[in-house]
Amino acid sequence: MRKNRGFINFLFRISGILAALLFTALVLVIAKANPWEAFGNILMGAVSTPIKIADSFVAWVPLILATCGLVITFTTGLWNIGIEGQISLGAIMTTWALRLLQDSGLPPVVIILAGILAGMAGGIIWALLAGVLKFYGGVSEIFAGLGLNFIATALTLWLIFGPWKRAGVASMSGTEPFDMSIWLPTIPGYRLSVWSLALAVASVLIVYFLLQHTVIGLRLKAVGKNYKAAIQMGISPSKYMLLAFVLCGLFAGLTGAVQVLGVYHRLIPSISSGYGFLGLLVAMLVDYQIVWAVPVALLFAALNIGGIQLPIMMKIDSTLSGVMQSALVLFFMLMDGVRKKMLKKEEDLSDE
Amino acid sequence: MNEFLTNMAGVVAAATPVVVAVIGETFSERSGVINLSANGLIVLAAMVGFAAAYTTGMVWVGLLAGFVTGAAAGLLISFSSISLKQSQVAVGFILSLLFRDLAYFLGTPFMVLPGPTVNRFAIPLLKDIPILGPLFFDQNVLVYFSYVLIAMSYYWIFHTRQGLILRGVGEQPISAYSRGIDVNRQRYLYTALGSGLIGLAGPMYSLSIKAGWNGTMTGLDGIGWIVLSITIFGGWNPLRGSFGAYLFVFLQWLGLALQSYWTSVPSQVLQVAPFPLMILTLLFVNIGDTEWVTRMMARLPRGVRGGFYKLFRFLRKPPPASLGVPFERE
Amino acid sequence: MHIQLKNIHKYFGSVHANNDVSLTIEPGQILGLLGENGAGKSTLMKILSGLICKDNGEILINGEEQNLNSPADALRLGIGMLHQDPHDFPSMTIREDLQIWNQRSDRTRTDATDWQALMNIQEDLGFNLDLDGSVGDLTVGERQQLELARLLWLGVELLILDEPTTGISALQQEVLFSALKKLAGQGKTIIFVSHKLEEVKELCSRAVVLRKGCLIGEREAPFDENDLVKLMFGRQITRTRTAHARTRDVCMSVQNLNIEDFRIAIENVNFDLYAGEVIGLAGMEGSGQRQFLQALAGMKQPSSGHIRFGDEDLFGRNCYEYQKRGIFYVPTARMEEGLVPGMTLEEHYILSDCEKKIFIDSRKSHKTTEERIQRFNIKGRSATYSEELSGGNQQRLLLSLLQDPAQLLLLENPTRGLDIESTNWIWSILRERCQAATSIIFSSADLDELTFYADRILVFFSGRISEPLDSAGLDEERLGRMIGGKDWPK
Repeated sequence: MRKNRGFINFLFRISGILAALLFTALVLVIAKANPWEAFGNILMGAVSTPIKIADSFVAWVPLILATCGLVITFTTGLWNIGIEGQISLGAIMTTWALRLLQDSGLPPVVIILAGILAGMAGGIIWALLAGVLKFYGGVSEIFAGLGLNFIATALTLWLIFGPWKRAGVASMSGTEPFDMSIWLPTIPGYRLSVWSLALAVASVLIVYFLLQHTVIGLRLKAVGKNYKAAIQMGISPSKYMLLAFVLCGLFAGLTGAVQVLGVYHRLIPSISSGYGFLGLLVAMLVDYQIVWAVPVALLFAALNIGGIQLPIMMKIDSTLSGVMQSALVLFFMLMDGVRKKMLKKEEDLSDE
Repeated sequence: MNEFLTNMAGVVAAATPVVVAVIGETFSERSGVINLSANGLIVLAAMVGFAAAYTTGMVWVGLLAGFVTGAAAGLLISFSSISLKQSQVAVGFILSLLFRDLAYFLGTPFMVLPGPTVNRFAIPLLKDIPILGPLFFDQNVLVYFSYVLIAMSYYWIFHTRQGLILRGVGEQPISAYSRGIDVNRQRYLYTALGSGLIGLAGPMYSLSIKAGWNGTMTGLDGIGWIVLSITIFGGWNPLRGSFGAYLFVFLQWLGLALQSYWTSVPSQVLQVAPFPLMILTLLFVNIGDTEWVTRMMARLPRGVRGGFYKLFRFLRKPPPASLGVPFERE
Repeated sequence: MHIQLKNIHKYFGSVHANNDVSLTIEPGQILGLLGENGAGKSTLMKILSGLICKDNGEILINGEEQNLNSPADALRLGIGMLHQDPHDFPSMTIREDLQIWNQRSDRTRTDATDWQALMNIQEDLGFNLDLDGSVGDLTVGERQQLELARLLWLGVELLILDEPTTGISALQQEVLFSALKKLAGQGKTIIFVSHKLEEVKELCSRAVVLRKGCLIGEREAPFDENDLVKLMFGRQITRTRTAHARTRDVCMSVQNLNIEDFRIAIENVNFDLYAGEVIGLAGMEGSGQRQFLQALAGMKQPSSGHIRFGDEDLFGRNCYEYQKRGIFYVPTARMEEGLVPGMTLEEHYILSDCEKKIFIDSRKSHKTTEERIQRFNIKGRSATYSEELSGGNQQRLLLSLLQDPAQLLLLENPTRGLDIESTNWIWSILRERCQAATSIIFSSADLDELTFYADRILVFFSGRISEPLDSAGLDEERLGRMIGGKDWPK
């Protein structure tokens, strides 16, 4: 019976994935494109060459960093939709620090570290803003976060077209690129940096350890599961929720810093590239378990990279990856609901 | 003066889809279901509506398509949250992303095409009333529809037995159930209806106010979130919600109008002005409910406190008690 | 209406809530349904009123088998139930509340004759409700009257009342009982669910007793009280008496305390609490006991006054400051406000451990958990989730989480929903604490419990608080009258 149940759960997961693929295929048919060709292109676009595989990891780094932060906020029961803005602020602060220090003659390592720290600070500030609005203003973190996302986007645009505009003419391509000496060093021939990869892996380990083996992690969980009981146990929910915001902001800021230092080497208008929202999807899909987020984030990153091929090869929009990713989470949740419903019925029957 | 009137008539027209969507959200939230997908849904319905109207050449087909898209989304939300008991916030958020991407993906063939639009139709006699005439009655049919919708939804919710049942289902589903009302059926119905109205707001943009489909440049991303917060500001009341929508669009227009005076303020800043405004509104509405304010208020002298209580109660209407909570009969 | 239940079974998970219950009820009868908390009375009645579905068995109404799949079905047949917490709409006016129903949907409007019919029912039963008032402003007793009148207005033939006397005043109880007798005289069938013997004795012509889901026996009036007690509990139950531990040292001194919120205003409370003393809070539900307890725990901000504890005035501090000084509040809603669902017992003990640590020491926490499970006699293991425990064991867990020694425990209905055995056990633990000079303030709806365990009693009536009354020699009659709002000094 028990063994059976594990197998049934597995079947439901698989059927969720199949349903999502089927849905995407249907969307492709509506768009008069060949589903097989599209799936094939995505697959080839993600894994056909070592460069593409490395690119998938380049996308994996910001995605898993954002997910690391979001797992913490989800643990305390918070919907940190403001993560997009927090990533942007991280990127802005990093750019600011780099601009300030790039001609100072300091060793590159120091400048890069300062950039990373500034980025973290930026993410924390923007996350704290959402937290303060929630606890001292009663504004739901969903709306506060969304509003702050739009404001962060405006701030980025203003900086690019205003104070930080490129010598000559301002453009959507962003600010003046930094000198190569303050880029995160990459593997020769690839866009992937070992340093950012290491940062991502370290973040996963830290979050795992925090949530599994520390009292603080347990308290964060208690706040998320029942904040009223937490009060009786001497845990202040608002303090721990603010802490969760700060930690998430830290990882979001780090995400922004890595994007500036390791990928774009400048500030661009859509610096967060939607990794924040994508991180929310990943976190939901893995039920807030950081260990599972590692492979799932890689899959999502590969879908993103593979999707880039679509406009080139088939003249269809690359937003298909987005459709696939959200469909995957949606059908997974729906199937999970069906499974729970059936399990409940089965239990009722077996009791009699 | 005349120019100002024209501008204000423009504000009334521009607020129409917001009004309709707010009333839609009000219906579903009154029954206890949050439709968090509004943002993506409006974008998708705008695309579908435009595509339908473009293909058939008939505006009303486009509007209908928008409504049907919304109603279908509503059924999906009810199914996942009522029948499968999944989190309404999670499913709503996922759908808002899915719908938006879907719109951009499927809308590519319809980019920057000239499509049909809703014609202006001045109502005879009424249009000649000074000030009010040009302001409210020299508009298109959709705007007139919104007036009727405001009045009817208000009457329905607060002055009919069906409306009483709707409110009851959202407040105390168990009480409603033990009086023989099929709670989940009511929720399915109102979520589909409400979501349909939100969907209708889509083609109201793409066939009238922001005619055409321009992919990510259509500029509809974000409106759905505004709609959700105006619903809260409106205290789940169609009249107050509509007022919020008009006020909001007016302030938006004011920002743009002032831009010509303050040339030093970059345009990006004023374009996002709605969002700080949204946060500020929610702040005003909700701050009376926070712990530090209640603690502080408890220590005030009675007369002063009474005044504050009244103010906060005026600003913040309590949400339907079972909002977001699936109904289970014990 | 003639009702016949045949071999009813109902399961909740692994709990057999109704086990092969068969029962016949004649028209015009007032049937008493007796049993302890958790004996399955409410479940059986909810099945009969269509709110939940039976797993097995038959229901015959006037000799015909009926499928009661929803309350709509039951109402159509003329079966109406008055629930323990009235199923009404506090945010609406009475007139609005009355119009929410789905039976006879051909009637879309309610006209003047209908309202007149309702007023006649009110008058007939001695109720006096203002139709334009708000439901939220009514007392529990009045809300019951409203439900009762509404059901009769809809033409119900079988009335089920689930513990209708909980939380209503003595006067309201008199009105209710005379109304019920009158209705029975008119030929209505009434089922009166209660765990109080006196009420069943006063009202019912026949009584059936449920124990652990089974129908254990039935008796005709006149009833023999000892006989019924034996049926209900399976044996004679007595409370275990323990020595009082009140000392002369003042633990907390409350002066001129005012507490106010939207619902209730409590004014000018003065009393000294001694170390080791137990103070009981008597009164109807919602008379201000909860606000009072929360104010003394720092969870609610009083508007003015002093709460002196040791050399300090704790007025204006938050609950964490109170907790640091050993003052703890234990809420009545165990799963909702006290314990964390989805967490194991061990995790609960780690969380409540007051030592400041960063890492989880699983060996040590495992040991403490085993120790406390044994000491508090909790039926569960360290890896059991808190929501899997029974109500009594949840309460034990909650008490075992409290820091030891504590200075003051503020318990909100600590024994609600527990059987006598658990109640006794919990009080023996609490008494042990008192011996160690911990003071206790608790609220309860059970007069016996109050007079038995408390040294002094404060009576609450809609925000008013009496002088502390010595429980020794206090007669329950007087206490009952005060709870109902009588005998108060002007």
